[in-house]
Amino acid sequence: MRHLLSAADLDRDEALAILDAAARMHSVQTREVKKLPPLRGRTIVNLFFEDSTRTRSSFEIAGKWLSADVINVSAKGSSVSKGESLRDTALTVEAMGVDALVVRHGASGAVARIAQWVDCAVVNAGDGTHEHPTQALLDAYTLRAKLGELADRHVAIVGDITHSRVARSNVLLLRTLGARVTMVAPPTLLPAGVATWPCETSWDLDAVLSGKAHGDVDAVMMLRVQRERMSGGYFPTEREYAIGYGLSPERLDLLGEDVPVLHPGPMNRGLEISTAAADGARSVVLQQVQAGVAVRMAVLYRMLAGAEEVSV
Amino acid sequence: MLREPAGRVPRRARAVSVEPGLSAPTVVLSAADVARVTDRMAHQIIENVAKSDFDAVLLGIPTRGVPLARRLAARIEVFSGVALPVGSLDITLYRDDLRLRGVRPLGETTEPAGGVDGRLAIIVDDVLFSGRSCRAALDALTELGRPRAVQLAALVDRGHRQLPIRADYVGKNLPTSPQQKVRVLLTEVDGEDSVLVEGTS
Repeated sequence: MRHLLSAADLDRDEALAILDAAARMHSVQTREVKKLPPLRGRTIVNLFFEDSTRTRSSFEIAGKWLSADVINVSAKGSSVSKGESLRDTALTVEAMGVDALVVRHGASGAVARIAQWVDCAVVNAGDGTHEHPTQALLDAYTLRAKLGELADRHVAIVGDITHSRVARSNVLLLRTLGARVTMVAPPTLLPAGVATWPCETSWDLDAVLSGKAHGDVDAVMMLRVQRERMSGGYFPTEREYAIGYGLSPERLDLLGEDVPVLHPGPMNRGLEISTAAADGARSVVLQQVQAGVAVRMAVLYRMLAGAEEVSV
Repeated sequence: MLREPAGRVPRRARAVSVEPGLSAPTVVLSAADVARVTDRMAHQIIENVAKSDFDAVLLGIPTRGVPLARRLAARIEVFSGVALPVGSLDITLYRDDLRLRGVRPLGETTEPAGGVDGRLAIIVDDVLFSGRSCRAALDALTELGRPRAVQLAALVDRGHRQLPIRADYVGKNLPTSPQQKVRVLLTEVDGEDSVLVEGTS
């Protein structure tokens, strides 16, 4: 694995190898000395052109616990704000001798473009509305910890699919792992090409959660309504969205006791998810954050710890 | 020091899977030999740890060091009535050839009950060769805690050390050439017990 740009880059074996490695890495979180040596002498740059708390800090912690040197570069306050092009910024940072770039960018495809320009490894930490593969991996890790193997499991992904890179990456990875996915969203928030995706779609959240529409669900993943990516007109009012597609306490009761509720964060409480759902017994939101560090450690380990000559 | 069971090395050549260019593997320890050797190592460990009131733990190096450590603990319990805690110590991330040989799956690290601090830690591995695995294990062990002392037990010592490391308990000293391959098979992993040598000296 040279780069990780899309969840589609991972075949089943590689995905499982990452998840298994993550399970081993997870134990370091409970140790007194949170340090493992395999990336000693490696340099990782977090190149973030878009705001982020959890993804950036979790990549930073993951790199540091593997003994890599991690530097954060954010677009604000950098030469990007002076008008430097994406290519020049990427090449400049790479020229300092980094081994991996972890890139987040607001434009879909920008990370893949950078991967064509540079020689070092590139990890996609979210590009526009396109993909966020490590989020899909940490979701799969969390689901696997709750449900066991994911083959033939049924996962409902609910909310703003159109603007969600998390949804895209999750569909691809969950399919690779053999799970079944149903996307639930108002028609305006289902992307144009969704018919070609390897999943089913529905407009009726209650029918899906109760298992009437597409069979019993084993897990529910709520997506954030991305106000910052919306130019309006996707739904009449937030209140109406919450009534139709929010995970309310009543909807929570449609789910089995042991059905985990996921949310990639940050949550809009009261909009797509109620406090009862976010803090309830089914919620695995904080486990997802924990898994994020372990999964990113596994990804960095598998990409950087090996031979100097990276096989493509 | 207990003596090696001398002159009882079976010379039965057996056709297992023969790789091209290699002669058929020679069985140097049969299942019964493995059991006897394990028993002797258990006795040796008892002799040593009895002095410190059995304040010791066994740490197997995955893959085959782990079942070996469990077997030793079981035999030690049979002979002495004391159950030593067993843990496993994955050394993958501590190897010095990680960058040369590429990433590989990680094994499991489990701390023995009660931890390792202040106790005698006995690292258990199947084959002692260059000594590099043991060096990595020493590094990995420092992350678990600070043992009072560290010892090494190996089922087979085949020589050719590249580091100043020596085993405290050896099941079988096996003179080999560096080109030969020594394979330890254990029922828990391989479905049978035996030690094979492949290739000619």
